[in-house]
Amino acid sequence: MSAQPAPLLELRGISRRFTQRPDAAQRLAAVFGARAPDAVVRAVDDVSLAVREREVVGLVGESGCGKSTLGRMVARILEPTAGERYWRGRPYRELDTAEHRAERLAVQMIFQDPYASLNPRMRIADIVGEAPVVHGLVTRAEREGYVAAVLERVGLDAGSMRRFPHQFSGGQRSRIGIARALAVRPRFLVCDEAVAALDVSIQAQVLNLFIRLREELGLTYLFISHDLGVIRHLSDRVMVMYLGRIVESAPVAEIYERPNHPYTEALIAEVPRVDARKRRYVPIRGEIPSPLAPPPGCHFHPRCPKAFARCRVETPALREVAPGHLSACHLNDP
Amino acid sequence: MSALLEVAGLRTHFHTAEGVVKAVDDVSLVVERGRILGLVGESGSGKSMTGYSILGLVDAPGRIVAGSIRLEGRELTTLGAEAWRRLRGDRVAMIFQDPMMTLNPVLRIDTQMVEAVRAHRDVSRAAALERCRAVLARVGIPSPDERLRAYPHHFSGGMRQRVAIAIALINEPALIIADEPTTALDVTIQGQILAEMQKLCAESGAGLIWITHDLSVVAGLADEVCVMYAGRVVESGPVDAILDHPLHPYTRGLLESIPSRNAPGHPLAQIPGMTPSLAALDAGCSFRARCSRAREDCRAAPAPTHPVPGRTVRCLHPLQ
Repeated sequence: MSAQPAPLLELRGISRRFTQRPDAAQRLAAVFGARAPDAVVRAVDDVSLAVREREVVGLVGESGCGKSTLGRMVARILEPTAGERYWRGRPYRELDTAEHRAERLAVQMIFQDPYASLNPRMRIADIVGEAPVVHGLVTRAEREGYVAAVLERVGLDAGSMRRFPHQFSGGQRSRIGIARALAVRPRFLVCDEAVAALDVSIQAQVLNLFIRLREELGLTYLFISHDLGVIRHLSDRVMVMYLGRIVESAPVAEIYERPNHPYTEALIAEVPRVDARKRRYVPIRGEIPSPLAPPPGCHFHPRCPKAFARCRVETPALREVAPGHLSACHLNDP
Repeated sequence: MSALLEVAGLRTHFHTAEGVVKAVDDVSLVVERGRILGLVGESGSGKSMTGYSILGLVDAPGRIVAGSIRLEGRELTTLGAEAWRRLRGDRVAMIFQDPMMTLNPVLRIDTQMVEAVRAHRDVSRAAALERCRAVLARVGIPSPDERLRAYPHHFSGGMRQRVAIAIALINEPALIIADEPTTALDVTIQGQILAEMQKLCAESGAGLIWITHDLSVVAGLADEVCVMYAGRVVESGPVDAILDHPLHPYTRGLLESIPSRNAPGHPLAQIPGMTPSLAALDAGCSFRARCSRAREDCRAAPAPTHPVPGRTVRCLHPLQ
């Protein structure tokens, strides 16, 4: 046994497939024997991930790479089609009902769109206060005081709890979403593009709130973003996804200073930076392929400047290239 | 020779039931041929409305109430609707954030592009098609012949934006206004589009106004920068000077809010409060409620000053 405690939450070999149901014309064609193969999207393909208590893991990738699907599976909004989940080192199927419920409360999600994720017809007091009452964390009589305390913790005026979501600005709505998640006293927050919709000055305020909450409450985060600057600022460890697979995973300083995978390298090189003036952009070629028809072998090979014959046929496995630094690239093989 | 575009004292106001919304309030800027101006601001700062005003696309109840817009020496604010129509898409073109706003989803690309050519040039369909093919190839669309016969939904987001850029370029405009054209795109695709735009401006000598909320995009692309806040230009000048030595407290606040400029894990320097409502602004400095340097005299209207040649700042207590 190692001295390290078990990770707070772990996923092993998790996959999620979405199957497109055949439309009327295809069903008719199938009757006559011309059955087309089902269109299957492997949104998340055999991903393993372990998050330790009080750790912040950044998950970065471009649109369609499966980062939100993975986040939803971590928060148990979506069930995986394959793979096993562990909570504090124990597989989920061994947990009893009470433990399942406790774990559900312990993992909460914060959504991207502060406009779409709040019910416009509910007052803030109900949005934030409903779940803790239902789950018996506070009584109905204590609710108002409890909501006021949660709102103050996220920097909102407790006097505003009678108001509706449309009476708040974008940054305040983000705070309401965070307050709603905190109200059930979670251990783990999955933040899916939680600051993407905000202006820079407001984004800085909300990022500071995340940092403060982590220190005050000892929270663990899975922070999903396409913004490498945000990820770098918050994370202890970064995972890079491309078309459903993790291509690289390393401590934050390591991945930004010594990226190993050509995709990570390109991603970091492409980020516009304030200190890079009048630069010559040397973009990587090509488009992100459709997840319906991913390229064989390494998914990145059609766009990779360093691809060779093996990349087209064989999927590279995640291998340790330095302590704590995993990368899935054939170039690392001797 | 005069500058390509000179905007002076532009005011675009909206007369609404809640009062006069000063979306653009005394904006002055200059764009030279072949140069890129970054117009930076947060939501509601008036940066897009400045772009729309230059194109004559201000809808009621909005109106240009003062100021002048001179393109190649010609005054635009006094033009009639027909003159504006002939100008737009020919001498001035716009690229929008969402390419689906530019593209008609039920028409093939060739139909839309040929229409854009023939609206301004008396040429045959075949000649127009030839031009479309050339410009699609220039913006980096592979096999343009095939793609001309496709519909917008056949394209990915990045490719659609390239088509929108091709349509903007098709009549070789002197000025292009780009309103956050890469905001919805992924980082690697954004890099491709920025590279194309840089090349196209340098080759064609067109002036470009790049409207964005992202100072780091401007850093890599622009020659000059205008920073807007609540309808006013608070600071303008060469990109290096502004980003290295901001004079306006708001510009410095914006720069300090960018996560990658800060030590990881530490709190970001933040600007307190939020953007004021444009309907409730007085004549004084609109940033003073959020500004640590604000004093009693900031209630008076701050006039733009030129503390350094080539730079403008609208602040009574600028940074040194």
